[in-house]
Amino acid sequence: MAENTVKKIATRESYGNALVELGTRNPDVVVLDADLAEATKTGVFKKAFPDRHIDCGIAEGNMVGVAAGLATTGKIPFVSSFAMFAAGRAFEQVRNSVGYPHLNVKIGATHAGITVGEDGASHQCNEDIALMRTIPGMVVMCPADDVEAKAAVMAAAEYEGPVYLRFGRAACPVINDRPDYHFEIGKGTVVREGMDLTIVATGICVGNALEAAEMLAAEGVSAEVINICTIKPLDEDIIIKSAKKTGKIVTAEEHSVIGGLGSAVCDAVCKSYPVPVMKIGMQDVFGESGSAGALLEKYKLDGKGIYGQIKEFLENGLCTF
Amino acid sequence: MNNLELKKTANEVRKGIVTAVHSAKAGHPGGSLSAADIYTYLYFEEMNVDPANPKMEDRDRFVLSKGHTAPGLYSTLANRGFFPVEDLVTLRKLGSYLQGHPCMQHIPGVDMSSGSLGQGISAAVGMALSGKLDKKEFRVYTLLGDGEIQEGQVWEASMLAGHRKLDNLVVIVDNNGLQIDGPVDKVCSPYPIDKKFEAFNFHVINIDAHDFDAIRAAFKEARETKGMPTAIIAHSLKGKGVSFMEGQAGWHGKAPNDEQYAVAMADLEKIGEELLKEEA
Repeated sequence: MAENTVKKIATRESYGNALVELGTRNPDVVVLDADLAEATKTGVFKKAFPDRHIDCGIAEGNMVGVAAGLATTGKIPFVSSFAMFAAGRAFEQVRNSVGYPHLNVKIGATHAGITVGEDGASHQCNEDIALMRTIPGMVVMCPADDVEAKAAVMAAAEYEGPVYLRFGRAACPVINDRPDYHFEIGKGTVVREGMDLTIVATGICVGNALEAAEMLAAEGVSAEVINICTIKPLDEDIIIKSAKKTGKIVTAEEHSVIGGLGSAVCDAVCKSYPVPVMKIGMQDVFGESGSAGALLEKYKLDGKGIYGQIKEFLENGLCTF
Repeated sequence: MNNLELKKTANEVRKGIVTAVHSAKAGHPGGSLSAADIYTYLYFEEMNVDPANPKMEDRDRFVLSKGHTAPGLYSTLANRGFFPVEDLVTLRKLGSYLQGHPCMQHIPGVDMSSGSLGQGISAAVGMALSGKLDKKEFRVYTLLGDGEIQEGQVWEASMLAGHRKLDNLVVIVDNNGLQIDGPVDKVCSPYPIDKKFEAFNFHVINIDAHDFDAIRAAFKEARETKGMPTAIIAHSLKGKGVSFMEGQAGWHGKAPNDEQYAVAMADLEKIGEELLKEEA
């Protein structure tokens, strides 16, 4: 019964709503789209501030460059498209026109990961975190729920410099709805304390990791869960501190295991406190068509899948990769 | 400035280009020299800029979309007083602010970093959009190569500029006809360039890129054009002013050796002397 009452909202919805709030507060905020305003949920901003919404047509590379130009004049542009096109197609424009001059451009990338669902592999971007975190000075954030997504958008607008924001298409449970919730770029949060292993998760996988931790607890395994919204700069302290306590790390992300959160965590632990790390994510494969739920199940990224993989990890006692 | 003063200034800009590229032992002299008259007209006559206050809020903006011809831009900025002409010899050297391609964070007067072809025009469109949003008077200029317009992004940006009726934007194509692999119409022809921009809802002006009367008239016409952006197709000579570089694709991205440098400077000195005679 409890599960049915948990509020579920897709973080792309949160993105659109947060932009409207931002637009009211700050006249310098402008939003750019490439014919996907309905899907990226920036349509609400377009309706509220038609003059400050620029539809660039289906031309993402140009859109990123236009945003760069706007930023040089003091505007705070939010560029919106699917992650596949914002980070993938326009990678070089993001790198050279935004990253290199360190311009104040925010990239709101929706429809990231396999929960794009039925559109299939061509639209399921599992590589964006890897791409974006290689750009010097780029902040990379992947919010876990509605509360965090809104907070991340607000924080991105306050921050001076390029930011990549990763949002999902599918509705996901609200897990941060508590009065003492506080968001800060670069800070992770322990969302569940434990002793036996640490699950470091991002985005939609945070909620799923909490489910997995609950299943493990029923079997007497105490898992700590850390929510990492900011993948770059990474909160290394919170991860090392937990690693020292549990001695084992599992990372969980709706992204390739190459170059994403898992890699960032490995980079952090291997230099100061090496522990076995198992990376849960897309195992160097493309996705496929299907419902978001069915895909999360098939690729073992739902609560049950994460639980199952951790069980295997514990039974083998070693990192399986 | 009258035409003679502009010609003398452009000749100094050309000397700066050749000197910088020779010192760097690398760089792009051909397309810098072909655009030297355009650069000179923009910074000494057309644009509202202040070397003492390079970030002046309502200044006119320039984006060098064909960023590899940075020596041309740097020499112009230096001659205009944005930084010392003596610094041109540090081009491309470790520790110099004069990076191989324009870097807005470190070079006074550079409004946008560029170098990856096709991207500068998009930034210029963004600047022009911002001016329209805020009802500002500043104008935006961007210089493209004729090889560069093979990049699809140029046409994405042009489509948006035409659609948004950005009459505060001037796109200049330095049509010197040569790219690295040879003549543009042999590599992958961009012609007809003027008709392409017309089709993207630009007002188009064809000019001789080395005739200051024509340059002056074109920028005046662009200012007077309302409701659409202007494209100036500047028909130029690659390597203009240096005898052995003129019309040679091989001098697109190559530095002169000491001997060649002496010849190049002698060529430009001779042009300078002729201009002095003209003045007398």
